[in-house]
Amino acid sequence: MSAAAFAAPAEGAPPERTQDPYRLGRGAGGDDESTGHGAGGPSPKHIVVGYGFWIFILADFVTFATLFAAYAVLKDATAGGPTGAQLFERGHVALETACLLMSSVTCGLAVVAMRVRNRFWFQAAMLATAALGAGFLALEVQEFAGLVAKGAVPSRSAFLSALYTLVGCHGLHVSVGLLWLLTMMAQVAAKGFRDDVVRRTTCWSLFWHALDIVWVGVFTVVYLMGLRP
Amino acid sequence: MFGKLTLDAIPLGQPIPLAAGGLVGLCLLGVLGWIVLKGHLPYLWREWITSVDHKRVGVMYTILALVMLLRGFTDAMMMRSQQALAYDAPGYLPPEHYNQVFSAHGTIMIFFVAMPFLIGLMNFVLPLQLGVRDVAFPTLNSVSFWLTCSGALLVNLSLVVGEFQRTGWLPYPPLSGITYSPGVGVDYWLWALSISGIGTLMTGINFVTTILKMRAPGMTYLRMPMFCWTSLAASLLIVAAFPILTAVSGMLILDRYLGFQFFTDTNGGNSMLFMSLIWAWGHPEVYILILPAFGVFSEVVSTFSGKPLFGYRSMVMATMAICLLAFMVWLHHFFTMGAGADVNGVFGVMSMIIAVPTGVKVFNWLFTMYGGTVRMSAAMLWSVGFMLTFVVGGMTGVLLAIPPVDFVLHNSTFLVAHFHNVIIGGVLFGAFAGYTYWFPKAFGFRLHEGWGKASFWFWQIGFWLAFGPLYVTGLDGMTRRLQHYTVAEWRPWLLVALLGALTILAGIACQIVQLVVSIRGREALRDTTGDPWDGRSLEWSTASPPPAFNFAVLPDIHGEEPYWTVKARIHDRHRLPDTPRYAAIEMPRNSPTGFVCAFFATLIGFALIWHIWWMAIAGLVGAYATFVVFAWRDRTEDEIPAARVAEIDAENRRVRGEALDAMETAA
Repeated sequence: MSAAAFAAPAEGAPPERTQDPYRLGRGAGGDDESTGHGAGGPSPKHIVVGYGFWIFILADFVTFATLFAAYAVLKDATAGGPTGAQLFERGHVALETACLLMSSVTCGLAVVAMRVRNRFWFQAAMLATAALGAGFLALEVQEFAGLVAKGAVPSRSAFLSALYTLVGCHGLHVSVGLLWLLTMMAQVAAKGFRDDVVRRTTCWSLFWHALDIVWVGVFTVVYLMGLRP
Repeated sequence: MFGKLTLDAIPLGQPIPLAAGGLVGLCLLGVLGWIVLKGHLPYLWREWITSVDHKRVGVMYTILALVMLLRGFTDAMMMRSQQALAYDAPGYLPPEHYNQVFSAHGTIMIFFVAMPFLIGLMNFVLPLQLGVRDVAFPTLNSVSFWLTCSGALLVNLSLVVGEFQRTGWLPYPPLSGITYSPGVGVDYWLWALSISGIGTLMTGINFVTTILKMRAPGMTYLRMPMFCWTSLAASLLIVAAFPILTAVSGMLILDRYLGFQFFTDTNGGNSMLFMSLIWAWGHPEVYILILPAFGVFSEVVSTFSGKPLFGYRSMVMATMAICLLAFMVWLHHFFTMGAGADVNGVFGVMSMIIAVPTGVKVFNWLFTMYGGTVRMSAAMLWSVGFMLTFVVGGMTGVLLAIPPVDFVLHNSTFLVAHFHNVIIGGVLFGAFAGYTYWFPKAFGFRLHEGWGKASFWFWQIGFWLAFGPLYVTGLDGMTRRLQHYTVAEWRPWLLVALLGALTILAGIACQIVQLVVSIRGREALRDTTGDPWDGRSLEWSTASPPPAFNFAVLPDIHGEEPYWTVKARIHDRHRLPDTPRYAAIEMPRNSPTGFVCAFFATLIGFALIWHIWWMAIAGLVGAYATFVVFAWRDRTEDEIPAARVAEIDAENRRVRGEALDAMETAA
């Protein structure tokens, strides 16, 4: 067997030519020229982490896409119950949107502060982000409480089930993002801008911005289209 | 205090599940007792349970799959024997139990046998083939594995605490709604699959990142071995499909727990939405399973034919085409929904188109063998058996893709025969081929060839005996999942099917004997060179088993078959390459995060199944605390000094030098 381990290609001809006597279906020179990326070896860790987190965000978008699809299918299935046009309040939603979009600005500022390793401004910007995020959540809870008060509970109709699930899933993501945010504030306070802390904070900021993108979808599909006469 | 959980949940009145559960419990206790008494526990904890080494995680995945295969196969034997007995008679399994058996069989075989088996192989092989030291996120990898275990544990727990679902392997509403399935069976499925599904999603993310961002210098995309390509395609499908499963499970959970109206018959709910969404995950899932198996066959056929893979680039194209088309055919699972002739026509044509890239692959394997020096080892037998079997399964699939034919055969045993034809003949044969092929790399000794070949023949013949008859009964009008029947013509066929299942049982017995014989006779089967099959890709350039860091120095890739080129050069120059300059290697530290996290996940799952709310909250807090503790640790890597690396690599170079000398002396 050890002989087989170094078995020579057929005698006589140079080794490359004899590997496949036919060389069919293979481009010329596949063994020598570089045909794609990757010549430089494994990427550095901060690239790998960021890249992996992007893939996660794409997967999370698929989750939301599923909920959007369900909402699109069920939005007219009101079963005699209230419709979106009867329930949504333009001003309330505008305020929610303002909170969330502003929190993305402060989130960006926090990342800038992290780049220049300024702890004070990092914590301040993170705190502002947390306040705006919490404000968004409070407004959402208020909105849901208002719907329940009007009898528009999820079990009333398939439309309301889909509405609560889509908007609620986004809200749940914001809550998780908030918990993560506070954890990162604590970690920067305890460990400083260590490499792994910086990587994690970068991922968190990607997550936070991604939630904004999803909200733009929710705002458009649920509220704007729902309020359209 | 304990929600819906009372002592009544333990099925004291039903002897079969109780005895089965008791037996499994006793076995588990026995193994645990043996481990503790022999003092293996610290070793197991240090080297395996907390390990973040992709090779160890891969091996553990494979062990999980093999154990679950026994569980799933037991269910299969129960079904075949029930149908053999239940002609005009009640048989020995009451309907409510029989329904749990076929539901558990499907769930376990897909999620806890096929998936972990292939993910295990991917884990073990990918970094070695790519020429790197680990996957992109080693600790996350361990979390994924233990979450999969958590799901498997919950499904098996339903044997003794409560019940499993009776709806088939997918919980179709409205049957799975709270009205018609008030028990905990569906909840077991939902939470077990949500937990293990998150694990699978993390695996997908991990592998996509690994393949796209972690390759040895010079390992360009079109130099990656075919197994890497098919793993990439499968991982992309996981990333794009598993979130759908999570979301649709979430909707059914909301329906069942909080009275939401997604899939109900009242208040505007739409149960066909569930079918559409679940199959938008379910059809890509089929390709998540088969693509890595295609990769295994590509490696095995090329190695044992002594030739490079024929049509490598067309194989890449075919793989990525399947990856894309996988998302465009899901409606063929419910042609009978009534979407209309146009919609059905489009999806019928799409389903047939997917046979084209698959056909390209089959021809490529055949042409790889053509003109090669074919060695019919056990791994190669599985591959050739696959080609013969899978082609028939593919053909019956094309038949079912014709909507009018599907209207006749929908939910018949013809369908059952078809998907077993592709899953056993494709996925499982691929997993077994990979298991035989890479076993020496993982453990340093080969599996016994004779027992492997015997197992192959029993499986191959048993498969046809078991599922050939189901094609016939399906055409004869027999629907799937029948607990008893009164049609006399089906009886002889179902008896043959039982014989087939018994033949497969003999095949499994051979595999168990093979493992025992190989472990006991491991000195004779020892792989001293690290390259037992005269391999072509990088995993064969390391020692068997490989050191923790895989490669002492990252290999520099210059061609499509890096190790083959290296071997050719060594042979040309009559000496090994010069000793490289070694540097210290940083390897990730082991971490119990995965295990602890899965403990809490199991707790959360169990608590939610039984409505024990305080326990679910405690589990969530525990899981969060685990991550915080992990994030707070100060040392994340261990350094292996250059001298130690040199020492380990010297041994690898010594055996390879000896092999070269031996060969030159012989010449």
